[in-house]
Amino acid sequence: MTVTTSQGIAAGSSPGDAVGAIGAAAAIMRRELSLSFRRPEHLVQPLVFFLIITTLFPLGLSLQLSQLRDMAPGVLWGAALLSSLLSLDALFKSDADDGTLEQLALSGQGLTVIVIAKTVAHWLVTGAALVLASPLVATALDIPASAFALMMSSLVLGTLTLSWLGAIGAALTVGLKRGNVLISLIVLPLAMPLLIFGASATERAISGTSAAGPLYLLAALCVLATTLAPFAASAALKISLD
Amino acid sequence: MDGLSVDKIHVWRGERHLLRGVSFALAPGQLLEVRGPNGAGKSTLLRAACGLTRPEQGEVRWGGKPIAAVRQEFLAQLAYAAHEPALKGDMTALENLHFAVSLRRRADAAELEACLERTGVGSCAELATRLLSAGQRRRVALARVLALRAPLWLLDEPFANLDAVGSAMLAAILREHVTGGGAALVVAHHDLAVGIEAGRLELAP
Repeated sequence: MTVTTSQGIAAGSSPGDAVGAIGAAAAIMRRELSLSFRRPEHLVQPLVFFLIITTLFPLGLSLQLSQLRDMAPGVLWGAALLSSLLSLDALFKSDADDGTLEQLALSGQGLTVIVIAKTVAHWLVTGAALVLASPLVATALDIPASAFALMMSSLVLGTLTLSWLGAIGAALTVGLKRGNVLISLIVLPLAMPLLIFGASATERAISGTSAAGPLYLLAALCVLATTLAPFAASAALKISLD
Repeated sequence: MDGLSVDKIHVWRGERHLLRGVSFALAPGQLLEVRGPNGAGKSTLLRAACGLTRPEQGEVRWGGKPIAAVRQEFLAQLAYAAHEPALKGDMTALENLHFAVSLRRRADAAELEACLERTGVGSCAELATRLLSAGQRRRVALARVLALRAPLWLLDEPFANLDAVGSAMLAAILREHVTGGGAALVVAHHDLAVGIEAGRLELAP
């Protein structure tokens, strides 16, 4: 079987079957998801970390059940943020290490599209998984089931925002040997509003008062991060590739 | 003018002045060898030519226009193979190719398999690339260059890790590409022996 290797300049690709940004983003997401499921430890590690941290607090503090419930939102949110951070350094680094990031950058698709697709895929396997596991942790922390819906929606907004912030951190540190700690130092100060509003929304959900205020603020942060972070991260990635 | 032209580019890496005013032109149907000792900036020249590294001075043009201005068209015509094969070890050879091609156009599995066949790794199509030898990974990377169907090839030491049969195969592929109107810029440490006329660019250390 032979393949024609010689094409004229014009024959690069016909416009008819050219791939648009959406198609490319879908291809990147498919690849990211299939790679994650081939390395299940990347999926499981943040979850186990989340479960262990939230278990450590009640054990170490030996609290009354009522006190535990008071602390639960803070513990839950602190643990959620830390465990989402855990896997963020691999977001661009694994591709940078084996050279596939260069190939992606030269694929003709904008870096912004690549950043969006990779970050959303990353959130799906870490953030979304964490949100799904949160009722388990919440039960252990004596958060009533009536608060689950609000708690989970606040976690969706919070972890997604954190993924965007983390994408900027990961793009900035992609060329560094030990970027992991640096990402935490860049991202955690920026994540403080998430912790404050997220924990406050969860607390209100537990006490049965309206959580609309902090939840809307979380949503606003999420929208802000979703619209700005892809551009910031792709600019950082461009510098890191040079 | 048609093709790629690099005009007096200067690239610094930290304190080191790696490329000092390198110029060349590469028209369709031409093969250009880049030679020079280790550390002369051969790979940097390739990275600058494809736009990954931005030169401090000078300009890289495609069809007479700066590559930053015609980025989309330029990248659609480009196949770049870095020194490392740039494959995902957890994905099969075919999946790696499929992904690379699907970012540019609709990929056709039969065509991709034919590319792997051509570079002699057809039997490894369904194997995860981390299981392959260095030479086989190189062949998969070359199959990707074929599969991209790009008229401009920038290849960084494509002969590395290839056995005698592999080198002959690559020489034939290069010959076919160039005689068919394609252009190739190849970093090599020895004579290419492609059997067609090749320009040569010597980089001083």
